[in-house]
Amino acid sequence: MNYMSKTLEEIHKSLINKEVTSAELIQESLQKSHEIAEKCNAFVTILDDAKAQEVTDNVLSGIPYGVKDNYSTKGILTTGSSNTLKDYVPFFDATAIANLKKAGAVMVNKTALDEFGMGGTGTNAHTGIITNPWDKTRMCAGSSAGSAAAVASGVYPYALGSDTGDSIRKPAAFCGIVGYKPTYGMISRYGLFPYASSMDHCGVLTRCVKDAALVVDAMKGIDEKDMTSWDSQNIHLAQSLNGNVANKKLCYIKEICDIDNYPNATEELKKHLENFQKTLQICEKLGIKVDKVSIDKTLLKAEPAVYVVLSYAEATSNLSNLTGIIFGPRGSGKNVEEMIKDHRTKGFSPLIKRRFVIGSYVLQKENQEKYFKNAQRVRRLLVDAWKKLFLEYDGVILPVSTGGAKHLDINLDILSKDTEILEEHLQIANFGGFPSITIPNGFIDNLPVGVNITGNCYDDENILNIAYALESKMNYKNMIAGEKHE
Amino acid sequence: MNKYQAVIGIEMHCELKSNSKVFSASQNEFSEIPNSHINPLDMAFPGTLPVLNKKSYEDALKMALVLNCEIPKYMCFDRKNYYYPDLPKGYQITQNTSPVGTNGYIMVPYLDKEIKVLIHDIHLEEDSASLEHFFDATLIDYNRAGVPLLELVTEPCFHSADEVLAFLEYIRTVYQYCEISDADLKKGQVRCDVNVSICDYDSKILGTKVEVKNINGFANIVEAINYEINRQSELKDLGRYEEVEQETRRFSEETGMTYRMRSKVDAIDYKYFIEPNIPKFIISESLKEKLKKEIPILPLEKKKLYINTYNLNKNEANIIIKDRFLAQYFEESVNLGVNPKTTANWLITMILGYLNKYDKSIKEINFTPQELKKLTIYLENGTISSKQAKEIFFKVLEENRGVDSFIDKENTQNSNKEELEKIIDDILSRNEAQIKDYHNGKTNLFDFFVGQVMKETKGKANPILTKEILKNKLN
Repeated sequence: MNYMSKTLEEIHKSLINKEVTSAELIQESLQKSHEIAEKCNAFVTILDDAKAQEVTDNVLSGIPYGVKDNYSTKGILTTGSSNTLKDYVPFFDATAIANLKKAGAVMVNKTALDEFGMGGTGTNAHTGIITNPWDKTRMCAGSSAGSAAAVASGVYPYALGSDTGDSIRKPAAFCGIVGYKPTYGMISRYGLFPYASSMDHCGVLTRCVKDAALVVDAMKGIDEKDMTSWDSQNIHLAQSLNGNVANKKLCYIKEICDIDNYPNATEELKKHLENFQKTLQICEKLGIKVDKVSIDKTLLKAEPAVYVVLSYAEATSNLSNLTGIIFGPRGSGKNVEEMIKDHRTKGFSPLIKRRFVIGSYVLQKENQEKYFKNAQRVRRLLVDAWKKLFLEYDGVILPVSTGGAKHLDINLDILSKDTEILEEHLQIANFGGFPSITIPNGFIDNLPVGVNITGNCYDDENILNIAYALESKMNYKNMIAGEKHE
Repeated sequence: MNKYQAVIGIEMHCELKSNSKVFSASQNEFSEIPNSHINPLDMAFPGTLPVLNKKSYEDALKMALVLNCEIPKYMCFDRKNYYYPDLPKGYQITQNTSPVGTNGYIMVPYLDKEIKVLIHDIHLEEDSASLEHFFDATLIDYNRAGVPLLELVTEPCFHSADEVLAFLEYIRTVYQYCEISDADLKKGQVRCDVNVSICDYDSKILGTKVEVKNINGFANIVEAINYEINRQSELKDLGRYEEVEQETRRFSEETGMTYRMRSKVDAIDYKYFIEPNIPKFIISESLKEKLKKEIPILPLEKKKLYINTYNLNKNEANIIIKDRFLAQYFEESVNLGVNPKTTANWLITMILGYLNKYDKSIKEINFTPQELKKLTIYLENGTISSKQAKEIFFKVLEENRGVDSFIDKENTQNSNKEELEKIIDDILSRNEAQIKDYHNGKTNLFDFFVGQVMKETKGKANPILTKEILKNKLN
C-alpha cells in the first residue's frame, strides 16, 4: 500500500472507488510518521488515535495531513516547538484547522519547527534538530522543517506551514516539494502562533501545484476573528489551473540572478544559476515572455536588515504574553517579575533571546526612528518596486537560495554577504503580502533545488497557473525523497 | 488665595458602554464573579487576534466631536509594550500616533461663569485586568481586561482643584447624555491621573510637574490635588523647591497624602508601534456626519434653555441638568403640559428628596411624568389639598399604584359647591347666636364656622371654597 505518495485527486478517486478506506490511509500515514520521526525527527506529536472521516465529494475528506505545531489545535498539544509551551493544550482550533475539519481532512501529526517560526534552519526546535530526508547530514531549512520533511518523505500529500520570511518556501526548495503562501489575509491567522503579525502567512507544503491549490481552497475564507482576512469566495484556485500561460509575462532580477554579482561564487551556485536559466527557457517554450529587469542594488542590499528589524521588533511584542502566569510552566521567584524572568530565561532558546534583544533595541525611543521607522520606509520602497514590476509583469521569477540544502554544521552567521540577497529575497513577498510559490526545478549534486514565482496581491490564481504550467514541463512533480529522479 | 499659581492637567479614563469588549467578543459588563466575562483573547492565549468593536470606536469618535477635536484621516491603533501581571498580552492596544481626537476644547460651567478647557487629545484603548492583593498571593480577575476605555487628556489649563472638579463632573454628565458611558463612580468606571505644578503668578516658566496616578473618586482627586499644591508650596516657601522632583506619585485614601512611586528618569519606554492586526481605515465624512447628528443637546445648552425658555432659576437648572434622566423627566413633564416651574419644584423638593433618601434613580420609580401631570391637575382644580398631594405622592411610590387610585370620595377634598352650601346652611341654622356675635364684631368667630364645616366633613371640605361660601353667607 502506497497511497500517501500520490496526489490528492488520485487518493480521493481511490477512496470514492472504495479501493482503500480512510482508516487504511490513516494507518499508512501513521506508520510512515513513525518511520520519519525516527529518520528526520520531524514531529512534536503523532496522533496514533486519529479517527477515520467519512468520504464525501470533498477532495480532502478522509485523507491524512500534517500540521505545523504553531497552529492551535483543540485538545491537542501545541508547543510552537518551544519549552515555554511544552505542555500547552489549546481549547480552540485555528480557523484554518476548523476549515479543514469541515472538509473532512484528518490530522495525523503535529510537525516540528524552528521555535515559534524563528530561525531558517530546522535546527531550533525544542525537540531537537530536524534533518533533511534527502540527506540527513543536511538541514531542511525552516521554519516549517517538519512539515517539509514529512511531505517530501511521503507521510501524506500535504502539511500546513506558516511563512513570515520564507518559512514555507525555502524548506520546500530544500526538500524538493511545492511551498505556497497565498496573499496576506486569504487564510485567517486566527489561532496561528504569531511571530511578526504584519508578515505572518498561513500556507501549505505539497508535492504538486494542484494539491497546493486544492488545500488552500479549503483553508481560506474571510474570518470575523481576523480583521486582516478578506473575502475570497470569487477565487477558485484549483478550478483556475488550466495550464494556459501563453502571453504571460515574467521578469527576473539581474542583480540577483546574474553570476557576475558573485565574484566568489561556488560551483554549486554557478550550477544553480545555470539551472535557473534553463527553467527560464522552459518558461519561454510555454509561451511566457521572460524579461531581465534591474532593481537598485542598494535597495536590495538593505532588504535583509529590514526583515531583521521589523520581524524581530514585532516578535518581541507578540511573544510578551509568554510569562508562565496564565499558561506554560510557572517560573519560580520571590515576586512576579522574577517568576516571569525565570520562565522566559528557561523557556526560550538563545536564538530567540537574541532576536528579542535586537527587536527591543530597535523599538527603543532613542533608536526607533533610526532603525524601526527607517526599516518601515525601506519596506515600503521594496514593496513599491515590486508593485511597479507587477504593472507590467504577471510575476517575478527567482531562484531560491544558493543551491540545495545546506550542511547542518554550516555556520549561517558567516554566510557570505555577497549572496545574502539571493538567500533572503523571498522575504519581499512577506513585506508586500504577495502570493508566492516555490516549486522544485532540478537537482544539484543529488539535492533538489527550487525556483520561486511571486505575483501581485489577490493574483493567486494567475501565479499558481504559471507554476502549474511550468511544473508540467519539468520532471520534478510528486517527488518522494530518496527515490530516483534523474 | 494661594501664594502660588497652580497649574493642573488631567488624564481622565472612562469605561465605555458596549455589549462586548473593545477587541473581543466577551461581555462588557461589571460582574462580582471573577473571570466570568472572559474569552481567549482577554487572557492572551497564543494565536488570538483583536477585532475592533464598532460601537466603541464610533463612541470615541463621537466624544472627539463633542470636544471639538481635530479628527485624523485614519483610525489606527498602537501597541504600548510593558510587562505587568494585569496586562495579559504584555502590551496594551491604545492610540498613540493618531488619537481619535486632538487639539479640542469644551466650555464647562464653573461657579457663575464658563471656563474653556483645552483638550490635548482623546483616545480609545483597552482596560487591564484587576488585581486583588493578599498577604501572600495576588489574584487576577480578567473581567475588566479589554473593557473599552476612553482616555481624555487635557492641556495643563486648570488652576485649582475646584476647576478640575467642575470639569470632571461636567464631562461625566456629557458621557451620560451621549450614552457613551454610565461614568459610574461607584463601579470605578472613572479613574484619573493628575499633573500638578506650581509657579509664581507672574512667572512665565512652569514649575516642576508631578504626576499622581490612578486616583478613584472625585473627592480623592480634589484631595490629591490640594495635597500636592500644599506640599509643593511648602517646599517652595522653605526654599527647598528643588526637592520637588519630576516624578510619578500615588495617592493614599487612608492618609490623604501622595507618595513617590518612581522618578521620570526611570520612566518606562513603552516602545510604541502600530498594531499590525487592526488594519487602519479611513474615517469617512459620512460617518462623522452621522455621529454629529446623534449628539444630543448637551447639559450646558440645556441649562440655558431651561433658564431662558422655562424661566427656571440658575440653581434649579443646575440641579436638573446634572442628571440626564432628571432633565428627561423635566422635559417630558413640560411636554405633557405641566407648568415648568411646578415641575421643577416637584422634581427638586419632592422627587429628588425621595431619591436621595432611598438612594434610587429616577428611572426606577413609578411616579412618572404622567402621574405628576395627574397629581398637579387634581391639585389645581381643588380635588385635593397640597397636603393630600404630598401624601398621595408618597403612597404612589410606596404602594406602587397610580395617582388615580388614591382619588376617591373617602379621601379627596370636597369641592362641590352645592354640597358645601347645604352643609354650611345647616351649620349656620344651628348656630344663630354665634352669627349674631360675629356680626357684632367678634370676627374671629369666622374660624369657628370653618372648624364646624371641617368637623362635619371630616376635614375633606375644600378650605378655600368653604371660606368663600362662608364669607358670602355671613356678610
